[in-house]
Amino acid sequence: MTQDLLSPVWAKPDERPELTPLQWETILGQARTSRLLGRLAQHHVANHWLAEVPTQPRLYLEGALRLVDRQHHQVRWEVDCIRRALKHVPGPVVMLKGAAYFVAGLPPRQGRLFSDVDIMVEQERLPEIEGALFRAGWISDERDAYNQRYYRHWMHEIPPLTHVQRRTVIDVHHTITPPTSRFKVDGKKLLERISAVDERGDLFVLAPADMVLHSAVHLFQEGEFGHGLRDLLDLKDLLQHFEQRADFWPGLLDRAEELGLQIPLFHALFHIQRLFGYAAPPQWTTRIDRFSPPAPARIAMAWALGLALRPDHPSCNTRWSGLARWLLYVRSHALRMPIHQLVPHLARKAWMQRFPAKGQGEK
Amino acid sequence: MKLSELSSAEVGNRLRRHGLTIRTGPFNFRILSTIDSIAQGLMLLYPDFPLVPEGEFVDFTVTLAPTGGIRRWWRPQVRFVYDGASPFAVLPLDHAFPLLEWAMNWCISTQAHHFLTLHAAVIEREGCAVIMPAPPGSGKSTLCAGLVSRGWRLLSDELALISLVDGWITPLGRPISLKNESLQVIREFVPGVVMNQVTHETSKGSVSHMKVPAEQVKRLGERARPRWVVFPKYVPQAKAELSLRSKANSMLELGGNSFNYTVHGLTGFEVLSEIITASDCYDFRYSDLDEAVSVLDGLAQKERG
Repeated sequence: MTQDLLSPVWAKPDERPELTPLQWETILGQARTSRLLGRLAQHHVANHWLAEVPTQPRLYLEGALRLVDRQHHQVRWEVDCIRRALKHVPGPVVMLKGAAYFVAGLPPRQGRLFSDVDIMVEQERLPEIEGALFRAGWISDERDAYNQRYYRHWMHEIPPLTHVQRRTVIDVHHTITPPTSRFKVDGKKLLERISAVDERGDLFVLAPADMVLHSAVHLFQEGEFGHGLRDLLDLKDLLQHFEQRADFWPGLLDRAEELGLQIPLFHALFHIQRLFGYAAPPQWTTRIDRFSPPAPARIAMAWALGLALRPDHPSCNTRWSGLARWLLYVRSHALRMPIHQLVPHLARKAWMQRFPAKGQGEK
Repeated sequence: MKLSELSSAEVGNRLRRHGLTIRTGPFNFRILSTIDSIAQGLMLLYPDFPLVPEGEFVDFTVTLAPTGGIRRWWRPQVRFVYDGASPFAVLPLDHAFPLLEWAMNWCISTQAHHFLTLHAAVIEREGCAVIMPAPPGSGKSTLCAGLVSRGWRLLSDELALISLVDGWITPLGRPISLKNESLQVIREFVPGVVMNQVTHETSKGSVSHMKVPAEQVKRLGERARPRWVVFPKYVPQAKAELSLRSKANSMLELGGNSFNYTVHGLTGFEVLSEIITASDCYDFRYSDLDEAVSVLDGLAQKERG
């Protein structure tokens, strides 16, 4: 039995999932691996369905709600700490992804579980930002010189910073895609349209269209699909929220063209419609279709993503899931950097994994 | 139906196919494994545990799989698989049974947020529970094993499951884990003790698990009220002695020994402070098990009045 029980929950958001005990085990497992357990629980709460869930599975939904509650406390605290640490560094601090949904009070915030906080700053301020965060207790755990150089030369972020006491992690970005990527985006263009989250004016989020495009490009670029379904659900929520503004859809399509992110947006919209039955208003479909890559690429990606966006759980795996994930992983790297950089990089990583430097242990 | 009512062929069959489902306290486990030592260990240590009726919800499905590849011919290994992922490093194949026990603890401590869970042994007498939090090496499990064979009832030797509603403790009742010197101590202290074969050279040294008496497994539905918090410490040559410990400090220690105290926020604080308010807190130095048992028996006797 291979069945994605999770995405139908949001495809038919008004229907209470009626599941056998075995199906409850399965959906809880799928939600755990997709990091959607909090969302699943929150969805039941919002619809007043929790009391109707059988006792045993309900305990785990309630447990997830407790965890969400706690994590939201912690994220609020972390954001305040980051604000304080960067108070004297000029230039904006932009929250990205989960932290952005959180501080801006956007719908994907509901029931969301966090692992780290992502921020974006001006590239030329990176040394100052890193210094200020260091003084507040965040240091890089990355000891390996090659990895440090890899991040700093080729990536859109510096190595993750971990707080020495709280062990919380910040990813500091200067743009949303690697500078070597086929979908490279100039961080300055994004910073032109940011908006402050409150009257203090020191904390920002990306413009709605940019937030959507970031989420779309992130989905296909990371190469790790464990969170793919969650990211897609975030996207659907964002679109439904932002489309209340009349100029949102034309603005989004214009912006995709301007930043060269038509293809990621096309794939994302395709799978949002396939999985959740949600589509752009009909007057925009012709224009969105023009964003499609040529037919062979479109069909191959639809197949691979169709498999990879299923929850990464044994109950969902087909004989082709592994191959699809592997192809997408390879593709994500091919998008990140040109082949003359990619091959030496992967060879180097393979070597490092096989023969870890002394004192580093296996990782 | 109990596990002992299945033939060994049937136990092996279930483990290999759809899983053997057993209930340990409030949790149902489905165990899948083709490894012989898993079947043997379960039959030896869990015979009195109820099987989960078909169609009932199972909390955790754990798989202990031998690793593939050519290595299996010269250095066979075992992997714990949960939700399709491997949360732990692979271990030598003969570590399979202790790995199963650790995996089961891991499932509970990372996911059962409907309890406040502490890393502590819990035993009961007269309906009153002793919570024994202690770092590894303090002799907590040895003491626990000794007490359980002398009239105290085991709730759990590793995980205290505390209700968020009334602070009472739910039994888990799984086998008691023993290591190194304590293996011999318990063999001498408990005549006729049933212990699994010893696994050597694990990260904790030589380990094995001791079977819990059948009459205690029958009482896994009976919760107990926390009455004492005792911090045991094995000190060679020391006379068994309880000394009062400050409640504030005991509460801090309990919080530090909890797996999910921080998940529960204010509720966690309130539950812990209720437990501490209702409990006498002691440090407990001991060396001789007989003496240790009689000192703790004294606590229970006083309670009886």
